[in-house]
Amino acid sequence: MTRSVRRIRRTGWTGRSLRTRRSLLSLRAPLRALGAGAAALLVLSGCSSSDTGSDAAKSGSSANPSGTVTVFAAASLQESFTTLGKEFEKQHPGTKVTFSFAGSDSLAASITGGAPADVFAAASPTTMALVTDEKDAVGTPATFVRNQLEIATLPGNPDKVSSLKDLTRSGLKVVLCDKTVPCGSAAEKALQASNLRLTPVSYEQDVKSALTKVELKEADAAVVYKTDVQAAGDKVEGVAFPESAKAINDYPIALLKNAPNPGAAKAFIELVRSAQGQKVLTGAGFLTP
Amino acid sequence: MPLPLLLPALAGLAFLLLPLLALLVRAPWRSLPEQLTSAQVWEALRLSLVCATAATALSLVIGVPLAWLLARADFPGRGLVRALVTLPLVLPPVVGGVALLLALGRNGVVGQWLDTWFGITLPFTTAGVILAETFVAMPFLVISVEGTLRAADPRYEEAATTLGASRFTAFRRVTLPLIMPGIAAGSVLAWARALGEFGATITFAGNFPGRTQTMPLAVYLALQNDPAAAIALSLVLLAVSIAVLAGLRDRWMTTS
Repeated sequence: MTRSVRRIRRTGWTGRSLRTRRSLLSLRAPLRALGAGAAALLVLSGCSSSDTGSDAAKSGSSANPSGTVTVFAAASLQESFTTLGKEFEKQHPGTKVTFSFAGSDSLAASITGGAPADVFAAASPTTMALVTDEKDAVGTPATFVRNQLEIATLPGNPDKVSSLKDLTRSGLKVVLCDKTVPCGSAAEKALQASNLRLTPVSYEQDVKSALTKVELKEADAAVVYKTDVQAAGDKVEGVAFPESAKAINDYPIALLKNAPNPGAAKAFIELVRSAQGQKVLTGAGFLTP
Repeated sequence: MPLPLLLPALAGLAFLLLPLLALLVRAPWRSLPEQLTSAQVWEALRLSLVCATAATALSLVIGVPLAWLLARADFPGRGLVRALVTLPLVLPPVVGGVALLLALGRNGVVGQWLDTWFGITLPFTTAGVILAETFVAMPFLVISVEGTLRAADPRYEEAATTLGASRFTAFRRVTLPLIMPGIAAGSVLAWARALGEFGATITFAGNFPGRTQTMPLAVYLALQNDPAAAIALSLVLLAVSIAVLAGLRDRWMTTS
């Protein structure tokens, strides 16, 4: 950093002195601009080198994890994984867990596209397969929880929705997850199993977007996970339906091949699968595998 | 040609063109005809073109008078109003979508009255897509037209009014022809921005094929499970954008 400051000072000085020698200006001015550009580059690289410094401190074994763990997790895991992340940081001082919560398919696309993640927790084996097919995961993914669908309705259930069939009533605004997302494919499976045809007003890009549309009262109902209904508290009302038993999602978790911090990543997966982790997850409404 | 300008300029050009080139290089040319003949692609493309055009038309109807107000009328707080008008330019589109939901949604500040009085609900409809696109794209038109208005000499309008024309006639017959290049340029910008709109649209209008699923939404969702289809869709959008921009440039924008 000091080098770059010195460089800026020097270019400043030559700049001033050059003004007296106009004949040289046309030749030196480009050099001056190059100098300023180089100084800017030095400043930039100076900033990023401090980051790589902390990267070096990240390498840790499973026994003594340290540094940052980056976890890509399905949107439905948001609440329970945030709790587990805080627990992990408490158990292993000096670690930091950063999450990216989104639709599993979108996360899988990021991972196969080269996103620097350590752990991937998907909401369906299909979306996990997108990653394992590209050989981007280490070993076989382990199922750590299962999740069941539920209908989320407005508080107090003003439309008196009591079954999956009620959602096909005309005039009722229903949102589903897009078929590319696990909650969407599960909803489709449940609808097919009961021979129902449902035309939603929208196919949302992940389960939380679908739930939000009901929370904002823009939609009358959404087919989401039981865990999402529970996490939303009294902003929505859950209606269980028997067909959901035919579309229970397995949630697999895997260590990623290009994990920047595999040691701490393994420790995080251990925590998720431990009795303590399972307690947090079942407390959020997940089913044990 | 000074080298310190030329080199960054070439780097800038390469930076902008490289991703587009990559799209062409990795395009699934063999399966392309098959990808592009699916009904969903054409539905999304048709919807995109219709909505972007409608959003531009709406922007013209309410945006040009707004630009006139900002450039010609003198009122306290004009600077603040101008800043507020340009806000959607810097606002993340998703935030715009959320704001639209809170304002015009079924349960929104204004939307609940639209629903109870007229039975109009905007989210999840094609009209919702047009509104979301207008919200994001109109500032481009307003800025462009306002700039042209400021550069245009107000004395022409004054001369027209002293010769007996009303203010509105002066605007229609003198100002409007004068600022046409600015309006054309602004419309093209707004149309292009509307065509590529994603965040506000998916947040406010949702995603349903044929009704609210525009090309950018189709590309995003296809990318998740069928990257080849996403690339094919992107190519179509790219080709349409280039064709329209090139076409309009030749016709209207060379004079500006």
